[in-house]
Amino acid sequence: MKRTSTVISVEHLGKRYRSVVAVDDVSLEVHEGEIFGLIGPNGAGKTTTMECIEGLRAPDHGTIRVLGLDPQRDAAALRQQIGVQHQEAQLQKRIKVWEALDLWARLYPRAVGVDDLLERLGLTEKRDARFMTLSGGQKQRLFVALALIHDPHVVFLDELTTGLDPQARRAIWELVLGIRARGKTVFLTTHLMEEAERLCDRVGIIEHGRLVEVGRPADLVARHCPERRVVFSSDSPFVAQQMSEVALCRSITNDGDTYTLHGEGDDFTTAVIQAIARADLHVRGFRTEAPTLEDVFLKLTGHGIRD
Amino acid sequence: MLKGFWTLTWLETKIFLREPMGVIGTLGLPVLLFVVLGRTMQSVRPEAATLAESAPFNLAILAALMIAINAVLSLIAIISIYREGGILKRLRATPLSPLTILGSQVVVKLMFTVVSLLLLVAAGRRVFPGAMQVGLPSFTAALLLSSLSILSLGFLIASVVPTARFAQPVGAAILYPMIALSGLFYPVSRFPEPLQVVASILPTTHAVSLLQGIWDGSGWGAHWGDGLALAAIFVVCCVAATRVFRWE
Repeated sequence: MKRTSTVISVEHLGKRYRSVVAVDDVSLEVHEGEIFGLIGPNGAGKTTTMECIEGLRAPDHGTIRVLGLDPQRDAAALRQQIGVQHQEAQLQKRIKVWEALDLWARLYPRAVGVDDLLERLGLTEKRDARFMTLSGGQKQRLFVALALIHDPHVVFLDELTTGLDPQARRAIWELVLGIRARGKTVFLTTHLMEEAERLCDRVGIIEHGRLVEVGRPADLVARHCPERRVVFSSDSPFVAQQMSEVALCRSITNDGDTYTLHGEGDDFTTAVIQAIARADLHVRGFRTEAPTLEDVFLKLTGHGIRD
Repeated sequence: MLKGFWTLTWLETKIFLREPMGVIGTLGLPVLLFVVLGRTMQSVRPEAATLAESAPFNLAILAALMIAINAVLSLIAIISIYREGGILKRLRATPLSPLTILGSQVVVKLMFTVVSLLLLVAAGRRVFPGAMQVGLPSFTAALLLSSLSILSLGFLIASVVPTARFAQPVGAAILYPMIALSGLFYPVSRFPEPLQVVASILPTTHAVSLLQGIWDGSGWGAHWGDGLALAAIFVVCCVAATRVFRWE
């Protein structure tokens, strides 16, 4: 595995608003060139954590370093090296797309070409459009463009696809993967588990301000939700009997002629297929159901992410 | 330093001009008020030789004050809308300094104040010949100082009012009564004692006194106290606003 350097380090971060603890003793590291996702329900402390790292909020406790800089003390220097997209922050209704990018470009000593960036984000046709006329997806792409205008090392994306339709969401995902492909480090927050699974190299699960778990999505699933399910239909009256010989199988349930086999481990599916072949069973609609990050979240927090 | 100041100022100017109703309201209404009121008063007292004789108070000063107050209401609206929409937050995350972000708004407002004043004078000279005999540079300077002072009060209002929807009525409710207390319609000396005290700390009172002085030709020398009071109100409101201003 490639040795990577630490871009963001957070140690024992704490932040409270009056009597409400927003972030409680969060420690994490983000490595160069990875997409790190902070996932959790609304109000879990994702945005507060991110804004402390960006230097927009002063933490009550803890140490934060981004590219070796202290976000509070070295705010001006850090701003040159990070790109920030805020959740729900708008632009002037009547500002034109190119005007926003031009303003942003002038604020940094080094900036990529406005037209190149528009091209890359698929906004060339919207160059002269006013912000208020853009669709949700186009607005988000513009915000990403603003975050990328000065070619930053680290890009922060807060709830980037919230409220977008699935098609626009996919387009944004491609874009984020493209940022990583250019060697940037991405720190994002999301409450969409599918998004986290698609995009993130590593995720941190945060709830009530506490970081519950950190790791690669696949590792987290394997660690916390090793169960696998195989579902198929068959006319054979002996399915339950024939499948009970699969060693990894813990239980079999059925709904009419549709059977669900519950097992554990990566070899479970293979074992079931072999058993079907041995028994010469005629099956239809064979599929496997693997747990997802959503299941991990449910297991770790005791409730679904949207509850 | 103030990086991006002129870019942002130019941008905000263009954005302001893209909302025609806002432009007409801010620039045109004071001029319209002046012309309509002037015409009305002339028709009530057709025997009066000049506009000044037919009107019970100085209409041009009222119109100038309206220009300043419209600019302030517009500033309050913009600041509260920008805050509510997260625009201030987004701008603040860039290398733009807070002073640049808010300062460019003030410069835009002052620019349109001057444009509006020029429109007023042009309209006045056309509709009421002989009624606009005033040293324009001096009067413009006095109006700019007055506007700046009232704008700082606007900042203070915009700092504490929580939502955009609420900001405009609150701004109007605070600013419009200030015109009544400004001494334009009745001399401040005829107010009851407590009201005199209130009037003396309001920027509009000093603005009217200064503008009237310049209009009547008594000049800055006779009204340096008003100028100083306007500057003092500006400083106090700015200091207070920096303490209570919220970016989001």
